[in-house]
Amino acid sequence: MQHDDVIWDIIGNKQFCSFKVKTKSQNFCRNEYNITGLCNRSSCPLANSQYATIREEKGQCFLYMKVIERAAFPAKMWEKVKLSKNYEKALEQIDESLIYWPRFIRHKCKQRFTKITQYLIRMRKLVLKRQRKLVPLSRKVEKREKRKEEKALIAAQLDNAIEKELLERLKQGTYGDIYNFPIHAFDRALEQQDEESESDEEEEEEEEEEEDDEDVGRREFVVDEEVEESDLSDFEDMNKLKTSSDEEEQDEEDEESSEEEEEEEMEVETQTKASKSKGKSPANGSVARKKRAYVEIEYEQEAEPTTKSRAT
Amino acid sequence: MDITEVPVSQDITGKKKKKNKKPKKKSVNQEGNGEGSGVLKTEQKMEKSEPAGAAAGAAFPPTFSVSEIKNKQRRHLMFMKLKQEKRKQKMQLKKKKKKEREALGDKAPPKEVPKTIENQRVYDETTVDPEDEEVAFDEGTDEFSAYFNGLTNPKVLITTSDRPRGRTVRFCEQLATVIPNAHVYYRRGLALKRVVPQCISRNFTYLLVINEDRKVPNGMVLCHLPDGPTAHFKVSSVKLRKEMKRRGKDPTEHSPEVILNNFTTRLGHSIGRLFAALFPQDPQFVGRQVATFHNQRDFIFFRFHRYIFKNEKKVGIQELGPRFTLKLRSLQKGTFDSKYGEYEWVLKRHDMDSCRRKFQL
Repeated sequence: MQHDDVIWDIIGNKQFCSFKVKTKSQNFCRNEYNITGLCNRSSCPLANSQYATIREEKGQCFLYMKVIERAAFPAKMWEKVKLSKNYEKALEQIDESLIYWPRFIRHKCKQRFTKITQYLIRMRKLVLKRQRKLVPLSRKVEKREKRKEEKALIAAQLDNAIEKELLERLKQGTYGDIYNFPIHAFDRALEQQDEESESDEEEEEEEEEEEDDEDVGRREFVVDEEVEESDLSDFEDMNKLKTSSDEEEQDEEDEESSEEEEEEEMEVETQTKASKSKGKSPANGSVARKKRAYVEIEYEQEAEPTTKSRAT
Repeated sequence: MDITEVPVSQDITGKKKKKNKKPKKKSVNQEGNGEGSGVLKTEQKMEKSEPAGAAAGAAFPPTFSVSEIKNKQRRHLMFMKLKQEKRKQKMQLKKKKKKEREALGDKAPPKEVPKTIENQRVYDETTVDPEDEEVAFDEGTDEFSAYFNGLTNPKVLITTSDRPRGRTVRFCEQLATVIPNAHVYYRRGLALKRVVPQCISRNFTYLLVINEDRKVPNGMVLCHLPDGPTAHFKVSSVKLRKEMKRRGKDPTEHSPEVILNNFTTRLGHSIGRLFAALFPQDPQFVGRQVATFHNQRDFIFFRFHRYIFKNEKKVGIQELGPRFTLKLRSLQKGTFDSKYGEYEWVLKRHDMDSCRRKFQL
């Protein structure tokens, strides 16, 4: 015999029901035939011998009914009715099958059916929209790539590459006349100076007279030198110019080779100055200024080697 | 017996070079102290276990290696010593070589160039020769010929994947300032296949889609519009403008110059043209801005700088704009069509990543 009250008394409140899920505010029923999903006296499929549900299978809705006459045959307990795909017709079908059934079950069945159709419609819509494809990333590969990228970045030396490219473009003249660097003249001057300073190192020891002659030709420089010699004491700060470093070495060589009397050193000074003047062919103001710097340094450099020689 | 035997066996079994010093020393020691052999042996054993004290007098049986010491600290100490010795030997060798080189002066053999990955790169047969006629002909008639002949001006549409997050949106905005004549549109769940014909009808030349994953841009689809190739890149290391140190002011509206570095192969060449066609043909030098796409080992680094020439030997650059790196994943012939498109090139990890010295671009 089906004693619904007794069953509910046991499973509903006092003892254990395996379908019951308890939460803070509510109890849910996990039984698949439950119509509302809550654990209630009227919604429990175990505690009601006359019960009906709507269930959905692969897009098709079915009405399941249970009556007390079949309670003894568990295999045939649930009667399955296929509902039409048309919403209104299906509702009529439900009404027809559940005629004379309690109001609660009829109402809840229709509600459940409505919900199910709604979500089926949404599913069909979503399939038509764009699907997001998930591509699995391999952690190892990603790590490797990250490391490769770092190494490539270091190897690229981006700043240098960009600067080089820009300078090349400037040289090739893609910028036209925007930038007014007198490229060719300056380069030529630099090259000349390099060549002449090298040749002068070789020639100085041998051909001092010729240099004197050339000095005679270039009066401007000679005059400047005389002025500078008198004013050398004033220019003590100009030592720090880098350009003098090469000439310092040349000076020392020259001075060591020649004898170490002051007069001769002065001569050497003039000669080296002359050589410098030869090197700086364009008579610009900047060149004269630079020469002034060289001169002072030569003078001061003079003092050091002489002291050294005297010591030895 | 033991004393005399051990040196002989050492000479025969002098396998490990690092042990050559020590066995020889040991033989000297033993021959000197012929009588106290037993004592010596125990001493040796003690010395083996006291590496800190044993400097020159350390003696080991011939088949000994550092890894056999069970004590971790001592093993570590011995290993460190070994390393120091090796380093010393290396430095001595270097010094010797340097002296020799200086002594020889001009006659010294030329300095050896160190091997780099770029040096050792496997020669790619599709490397473009600058004077290759076939390539020139191809480029004269491909999809970019219209641009390179000055017929069309680039017009770029920048958009994202669905529901972009803040970082991606800002990245798109910054990209729009970098690329002249670029428009950012919010993607509202539209399918790309539908977007493409609309763009074409509105005379866009480029479609740029930034794909986002986990709040960070990670992919880029660059589609040349009339019917041009579509390139799909992986985007990484995105740095927005405010994250950059020592950056300059915002980029102005002037069209920047473009620098494309290291695109050597045929594939690289076509990708290079793809990038070049993003920017207008005639850059405005007044703006002094330059956008660089530098390819190194298949990674394309994008930078945006402002330059100034101090004199003709020196230029100063200051980084503006966003920076990111790209890696090409696939190149497709027509416009975007992932299922039925004809792929010109696809990154196949297993084939292409196996050799360290082989690069595609």
